[in-house]
Amino acid sequence: MDDRVILRVGAKILTPYILLFALYVQFHGDFGPGGGFQAGVIFAAGFVLYGLIYGLENVREVLPPSVVQFCAAFGVALFAGVGVVTMLLGANFLEYGVLAHDPEHGQHYGILLVELGVLITVFGVMVAIFYSFAGRREFRE
Amino acid sequence: MSILVGISLLALLAVAALALVRLRNLFAVAMMAGIYSLLSASLFVVMDAVDVAFTEAAVGAGISTILMLAAMSLVGHEAKPRTRPAILPLFVVLITGAALVYGTLDVPPYGNADNPVHQHVAPHYIQESGHEIGVPNIVTSVLASYRGYDTMGETAVVFTAAVAVLLLMASGPKRREEEAEPITEEERDG
Amino acid sequence: MSVLGLYNYWIFIFLMMVGFYILISRGNLIKKIVGLNVFQTSVFIFYISMGKIIGGTAPILIEDEAGHAADVLYSNPLPHVLILTAIVVGIATTAVALSLVVRIHEAYGTIEEDEIHAKDEMP
Repeated sequence: MDDRVILRVGAKILTPYILLFALYVQFHGDFGPGGGFQAGVIFAAGFVLYGLIYGLENVREVLPPSVVQFCAAFGVALFAGVGVVTMLLGANFLEYGVLAHDPEHGQHYGILLVELGVLITVFGVMVAIFYSFAGRREFRE
Repeated sequence: MSILVGISLLALLAVAALALVRLRNLFAVAMMAGIYSLLSASLFVVMDAVDVAFTEAAVGAGISTILMLAAMSLVGHEAKPRTRPAILPLFVVLITGAALVYGTLDVPPYGNADNPVHQHVAPHYIQESGHEIGVPNIVTSVLASYRGYDTMGETAVVFTAAVAVLLLMASGPKRREEEAEPITEEERDG
Repeated sequence: MSVLGLYNYWIFIFLMMVGFYILISRGNLIKKIVGLNVFQTSVFIFYISMGKIIGGTAPILIEDEAGHAADVLYSNPLPHVLILTAIVVGIATTAVALSLVVRIHEAYGTIEEDEIHAKDEMP
């Protein structure tokens, strides 16, 4: 039994709560402190913790680098896409009022989608940067 | 009470920054930078900036520390001591600091509700955000709706940074399967 | 209150100058990046301290029992939004800077500024 048992068991127990807390922060960003950026960073931190304890190949199996790179781009596209959709519906770019039957609900939908885009991008970027740094062997001449 | 907490937090921040000047072991530098971020996050809470404190704690004390540890494990653990005394940098820093202190003598008083910064757009956001947008957190409503265009630019900047890092680190020595080990083991030896 | 306000601004100037000093006087590239981060964070503290109103609270709308907006003084939310953006952009530039340092280390074998200059001047 190696000496990292506490780390392994602790990480295994904590990871789902970390991911759940990130989603809580995301969706309660309207009612308290929180929002897309904080939630994206915490979500990435869950995967980084898993990668630190269980090894890079294991976390790469769970979350392949191609998925992570797709997420990084998809969030920006979602954000800009919301703006394009509002333009197609006749209003200005990123004017959320036209997304629903009345302006206040439209604002709610707009903010929800936009924060989701920010979450996906920030999560993808943080995990992608972690993969780049951790996947590199130290250079010895 | 919060004034006392604010004063002591600012003093601790000054001590942490001074420690960063003298430290040479890069592991200790990364940890001390994390402590600095955490202290500034606490200061943000004292100053009623709860969203900013959340972000600073998550980003500064979380991601920034892990990135610095990862970089440190790749480049080396110790900084070389400085051989010549740093006269010119100290002189430049003192001149700039004196000029800035001279500038603060004209700054409006701290925490006053009549300061110019509270006059223009901020009262509109505070009063209208409730019925125009209907979201209780004013920072979220300003970030995502009133200033949504800036947030889109910021998301694009974060994406560009990821592209830059991926391009820079695309070629080079990769960890092979058999010698891959978690970072904690290298830090333990370092 | 004015002395307290000035103490706040002077500590911010001290932190900024310490970060600036680390940036220009230390030769190790990673310490320079840490100095830049200290500089950035001190500027954030300055902005947030400008938005604080004494007797105010966090800018999250509170409703009283009747469901109407409570008559509460809120701190200015605009600097919070600007600094939120600045923090995220700061971590992005730090990540790019650290990856540049890793590549420099592989090209030169060292991350001390004077050794890199010496290697560049050799024929």
